[in-house]
Amino acid sequence: MIPLTINGKTYRVDVPPDTPLLWVLRDHLGLSGTKFGCGAGLCGACTIHVNGRAEFSCQLPAGDARGKKIVTIEGISHDHPVKRAWISEEVPQCGYCQPGQILRAAALLAEHPSPTDRQIDEGMSPNLCRCGAYPRIRKAVRRAAGEKGGRK
Amino acid sequence: MSGKAHKPEFACLTRRDLLKAGVALGGGLVLGFHLPFPGAAEGDAGKGAIFAPNAFLRIGSDGTVTMVLGKSEMGQGVYTSLPMILAEELMCDWKKVRVTSAPVDPAYDHTLFGSQVTGGSTSVRTEWERLSKAGATAREMLVAAAAREWKVDPKGCRAENGRVTGAGGKSLPYGKLAAKAAKLPVPKDAPLKGPGKPVLLGKRVPRLDTPAKVAGTAVFGIDVRLPGMRTALVARPPVFGGKVARLDAAKAKAVPGVKDVVQVPSGVAVIATDFWSAKKGREALEVAWEDGEGATLSTAGLRERYAALAATAGMVARKEGDVEAALAKAAKRLSGVYEVPYLAHAPMEPENCVVDLHADRCEIWTGTQMQTVDRDAAARVAGLKKDQVTLHTQFLGGGFGRRANPAADFVTEAVHVAKAAGGAGPVRVVWTREDDIKGGFYRPMWYSKLDAGLDAEGALSAWRHTIVGQSILAGTPFEAGIGKDGIDRSSVEGAKDLPYAVPNLLVDLHSPKVPVPVLWWRSVGHSHTAFVVECFLDEAARAAGKDPVAFRLPLMSGHPRAKGVLELAARKAEWGTPPPKGRGRGIAVAESFGSFVAQVAEVEAQADGRIRVRRVVCAIDCGKIVNPNTIEAQMESGIVFGLTAALHGQITLARGRVEQGNFDDYPLLRLDETPEIEVHIVESVEKPGGVGEPGVPPVAPAVANALFDATGIRLRTLPMTPEALLSARKRA
Repeated sequence: MIPLTINGKTYRVDVPPDTPLLWVLRDHLGLSGTKFGCGAGLCGACTIHVNGRAEFSCQLPAGDARGKKIVTIEGISHDHPVKRAWISEEVPQCGYCQPGQILRAAALLAEHPSPTDRQIDEGMSPNLCRCGAYPRIRKAVRRAAGEKGGRK
Repeated sequence: MSGKAHKPEFACLTRRDLLKAGVALGGGLVLGFHLPFPGAAEGDAGKGAIFAPNAFLRIGSDGTVTMVLGKSEMGQGVYTSLPMILAEELMCDWKKVRVTSAPVDPAYDHTLFGSQVTGGSTSVRTEWERLSKAGATAREMLVAAAAREWKVDPKGCRAENGRVTGAGGKSLPYGKLAAKAAKLPVPKDAPLKGPGKPVLLGKRVPRLDTPAKVAGTAVFGIDVRLPGMRTALVARPPVFGGKVARLDAAKAKAVPGVKDVVQVPSGVAVIATDFWSAKKGREALEVAWEDGEGATLSTAGLRERYAALAATAGMVARKEGDVEAALAKAAKRLSGVYEVPYLAHAPMEPENCVVDLHADRCEIWTGTQMQTVDRDAAARVAGLKKDQVTLHTQFLGGGFGRRANPAADFVTEAVHVAKAAGGAGPVRVVWTREDDIKGGFYRPMWYSKLDAGLDAEGALSAWRHTIVGQSILAGTPFEAGIGKDGIDRSSVEGAKDLPYAVPNLLVDLHSPKVPVPVLWWRSVGHSHTAFVVECFLDEAARAAGKDPVAFRLPLMSGHPRAKGVLELAARKAEWGTPPPKGRGRGIAVAESFGSFVAQVAEVEAQADGRIRVRRVVCAIDCGKIVNPNTIEAQMESGIVFGLTAALHGQITLARGRVEQGNFDDYPLLRLDETPEIEVHIVESVEKPGGVGEPGVPPVAPAVANALFDATGIRLRTLPMTPEALLSARKRA
């Protein structure tokens, strides 16, 4: 049994410790907001927060997540400035990558409450969007920064 | 903590647990709630849908209007644009509109294709009339119900914002009228509102699916969970058309969590309790494959074969005048070979399908663009009647044509797996990214050979375009799209009907058979023809010593709307003024899917060979506007999608094997490569055109033309990689 702290709750999961946290979230805990896109840390669809930093959950073995503070899209409040900005800018198209984008943006703003355009471009580039919502992601990150700084 | 210990197995969870977790039991949860069909009087809706005058809408006693849509939401915004069209006529309260996905039923058949399909950028174009009528019919019945209630002439009553109002300030909401309206006869020809100020159409109405997609609660096919569901991964042959020669499943079966290993026509399925166990099981499989005829395929070999074909006469797609004679007497001749590679769609959500197969019925949950084809194919595999198969369409994590497969590959495979597993409960087949990238059904590889002639005044006098590439339609249920002349129109669209008047013109086609599965890929034929035509036209303009816009305009008098967007894009991009330092500017225009799009790209060529696209100005004329926000989003989307193909995308083959597998070797455009994009929409009263695809075609040629403007280097092969630019620089 591996104890995991996710969105402030403690879970105990019976999985091989090499199971990526992504699949623990999706297949064992029913937290399906975190998405599978590449399984190789290349697309960011599975982005979560690990101790406040954006990480690829497909690359994090469950055994290594023990004792760390995990936050998923389900743990980001609906009035979080990033979620609000995402709605105001109508960012999502197919929407599949957006939970990961939102987690990435929230971590970026926590680190850089008033990011430069370059910091936004670099900070958001680990996350792919096949629909090409990038122009709106840029705007939404700027909006969220303007609204509230980078509060987590 | 132990008291609150989480149950790790989904099978242990109750239905309430699942719903609490935001997971739809039985799928179908789209927005708000799932409404049983057809014409259910009660159910999950709670308040009940008591007025269902047609297949497209239900009105409950609480005034909730549920729109039942046969089109799939894959990002293009149909779950907002189609409800807007319907609500405009229904005159309901937009805040009370909900959307649910339709079952497979002829009522939702595509009005042109004859089965349920989302594709070809046709949803708004083909549904406008049908949904407007559906809305008007319901509105008339609600008005009639109110008039009857008040014992007045319906002509004195009017509908607005979900209420019917009569003389003397009498007013009733739709919810209160629904039960009474349901008892009235359905009028055959309910009048449409007529011209007048629209309430919704043309406005920036926020997308209905945004909140769920931001919350992370939107249910995609891959998110569907059923009690006791297994997950399967399929090992498929490394060469298209390959077969299992020898299989040893012992090691795979020994992996904890693996429940079964079964052979299916497409390969070997490892069925496990969860994805990770299935993946480890698949890695432990010992399979020897028999490669078959595909084993000799290589990209280099195909290029050689296509080049040889291009040197011979093909099937004539269009012929005007005498192109040979005109070329012979041209004052100036130019020629060029353009090539584009196979491309994978690579939707962010990899292919997946959940199947619950029983002796007398089969339920399927997936994200698909072709419900009827998939349902019928599933029935054949399952040995069931079509009406014994239920398909629940989920949100699609991208489609781009990949989920519109006449071969129904990911659905039939999942039914095969469920069948082979033999009633072991519901099975979900999930593809990995490598499965997706290597899985075929690509945009075909295309080879184009062109010759053009200019007369003494520098006017375009001859244009010969030979196209070589696989037919997408051949061998599919849509083969009727191939004319008696043997021409698959999707192979030559945009090349045959280019928007320029040329007195002597020949477009011919070779459709070689190659054992690589191909499919429509966002903008289909236009994804290659716009690149070829617009670049070669740019070459002709340069050869004539003319400005690319000035060269085009006199040739476009027969295509005023294409000309209109070309002029608009040029104006908005300050065409004719020098571009910012270090940048080149290029332009391209294309008519596709009933719309006209022109784009101007501003491009920098870096010392390391990287092409940086800094700005794209886009002008679109798509006729009547439903939602400008959706149009802008789709233009942005098409431009990014097109830039991925222009700069990065290529699927290559060696020894029959696909050489790419994930986003490291099949990269997509990232945010830091994304240009500033501005979109200008032409105000128009023309009939609506598509918006999902038309943003794609012009961007690759606009970039290639801009690169030439910046560097004098003409890249005629996609993608325009740093290596390609560096080696062209060396040659220059």
